Amino acid sequence: MPNTAISVSDLSKKYDDRLAVSHINFEVPLGTVCGFVGPNGSGKTTTMRMLLGLITPTTGQGHILGEPIEYPDKYLSRVGAMIEGPAFYPALSGQENLMVLARLGGFPVERVQTLLEKVGLGERGKSKYKTYSLGMKQRLGIAAALLPDPKLLMLDEPTNGLDPEGIQEVRALLRDLANDGITVFVSSHLLSELEIISDHIVMLRKGEIVFAGPIGELMTKQQPTIIAKSLNYSDLSRIAEIAEKSGHHAAIRNDSVHILAPMDWAPILNKAAFDAGITLAQLAPQLPNLEETFFEMTGDK
Amino acid sequence: MFNVMRAELRKLRRPTLFLGTMGAVVFFSGLFSALLYLLIDSPQGNADRGRVISREVLALASGGVQGFSSVGGFLGIIALCVFAAQTAQEYTYGTLRNLLIRQPSRMKILAGKLISMIIFALAMIVLSAIISIATSVILAPTVDVSTELWFSPEGIEFLYTTFINVVISVIGFGIIGMVLGLLLRSPISAISLGVLWLLIVENLLVAVKNSTQSWLPGSQLSIIATGGNADVSYSHALATGGAYVAVGALVASILFVRRDVAN
Repeated sequence: MPNTAISVSDLSKKYDDRLAVSHINFEVPLGTVCGFVGPNGSGKTTTMRMLLGLITPTTGQGHILGEPIEYPDKYLSRVGAMIEGPAFYPALSGQENLMVLARLGGFPVERVQTLLEKVGLGERGKSKYKTYSLGMKQRLGIAAALLPDPKLLMLDEPTNGLDPEGIQEVRALLRDLANDGITVFVSSHLLSELEIISDHIVMLRKGEIVFAGPIGELMTKQQPTIIAKSLNYSDLSRIAEIAEKSGHHAAIRNDSVHILAPMDWAPILNKAAFDAGITLAQLAPQLPNLEETFFEMTGDK
Repeated sequence: MFNVMRAELRKLRRPTLFLGTMGAVVFFSGLFSALLYLLIDSPQGNADRGRVISREVLALASGGVQGFSSVGGFLGIIALCVFAAQTAQEYTYGTLRNLLIRQPSRMKILAGKLISMIIFALAMIVLSAIISIATSVILAPTVDVSTELWFSPEGIEFLYTTFINVVISVIGFGIIGMVLGLLLRSPISAISLGVLWLLIVENLLVAVKNSTQSWLPGSQLSIIATGGNADVSYSHALATGGAYVAVGALVASILFVRRDVAN
C-alpha cells in the first residue's frame, strides 16, 4: 500500500504551442488535506483532468492510490471528484441526478438520500436541478463526489458561489472527511481559503510548481514582517532607514513601515527608534499568510 | 455497460422527453395513416410526393402496414433528434466528465448509451405500429377498403417484416444522430444539420436528379423502412445505408475514445 495518494512526475500538457502544465512534480500524502493553489489559468484544472483520465498528458507519469493514471479504471472507483464546478442535468432533480451517477458507478442508491442530507440538501432533493442556487449546485457536486465513499476526494474550487456560512461548512466537511482518513485534494484560486484547512500545499503558477510540501515548511521558509507605525508620518522614512542600515529590507505601505526581519529584532528596532527620538505607535511582528507567501515566491505584486 | 444503460434509461424516462416524444409519435402516426384513407380520392395523392395508393393496394395483405411503413422515415427523424440531443448534451452540460469519472471505459459509455436509446426507439416504434394499424383498421371500412387479408398469415408476416425494416431504419437514423452529436458536441448544431440535410438537402437533390436517391444516406434509410421501392431495391438500400452508418459510427467512436474531455 503506497503512502501517497497522488504522485506526479514530469507531468505536462501542451495545447498547440502553449504549455498549460509544464513538467510538474509533486506528492500528496495519504490522509491529508492538500490545497492546490494558484491564480486562474495556472493549470490546476488541467492537472486534475489529467489525474482523472479525462485528458492525456503530453509528457510524464502520475499515480493515484498507487495506480498509474494511464489506467483510470483501476482507481476511479475509489476516487470522488468535482471538476470545474458542478455539472448536472437541469431537467432532473438533485436526487435523480445522483441516482444516475450511483447507477453508473454501481454504488448503492440508498447512499443518495444520506449524502443529500450530509450536504444540507435533504429537503430539496426532489427539486429540479435548474431551480438550485449556485451554492446548492456546489453542494450537490460535493455529494456526487462522495458517492463512491472515496479514499481520495478531488474538488476543483468547491466553495465558488457559496456564502461565508457555506464556505465554513465546506471547510468543516473537508476537515471531517480528512479526519475519517480520506485524502482531500482541493483547488482554489483564493489562497487564504485553503490556508486554514490544508496540511499540504501545492502551489502552481503559469503551469509550473512554485512550492509543494507541508504548509508548515512553507511558512517557516518565509521571514516574518515587522509592521511599525509612528505618531508622525514623517518618521516612517527614518524607521525604514534604521531597518535598512541593520540589513533588513523595509518598505513604506500606507501609514506603516513593513520590515522583513525575524521577530526577535522587534525589541531592537523599538530601542533604536527610541534612541532616535521616534515614538512608535505600533510595533507588530506578523507571519505572512499564504497569499503574501505566494506573491513573494512568485515575485508578483 | 449494464450500469451505463440503467443510468441512461433514467435520463430518457424524464416526463418532458418521454411523454413529449411519445405524444409526437402518436400524433404523426395517426396523421400519416389517417391521410392514406382520408385522401384516397384526392387528385393530389394520398402518399409521399403525391403518389396514390389505391384501394386495391391498401386491400392487399401488406395494406395494413402501409401507414406504419410510411411513418418510418418520420420516426427516423425523431430518433435522430433524440439520439443527437442525448449524446451532445453531455458536452454542453459538462456532464460527460461526471460520466467518465464514474465509468472510465469510453466504449462502455458509448455502447450503454446506444443500447438505452435503442430501447427508447423500440418503445417509440411499437407505439407507432399500434396507432398506425389501429387507425387503418378504424378508417379502412369508411372508404370501402377491405381488411380481410390484413390479418391473414401473409398479412401477419408483412407486419413482422415491416416492423423489422422500420426498426433497422430508425436505429440507422438514430446512430447518424449520435454520430452528429459526438462530432458537433452541440444538440442544436447536430439536430439542425441532421434535419436540414435529411428533410431539405436530400429532398432537393432527389427532386433535381432522381438517381441520387440510390446513394444519399437518408434516402437509403427511408427506403429500408418501406422495404424498397421501384427505383432502389431493399438490399441496395440496406447495404449502402448500413455502410454509411458503420463508417460514421466508427469515426465517431474513435474520436470519442481518443479526444480529450476539456469542457
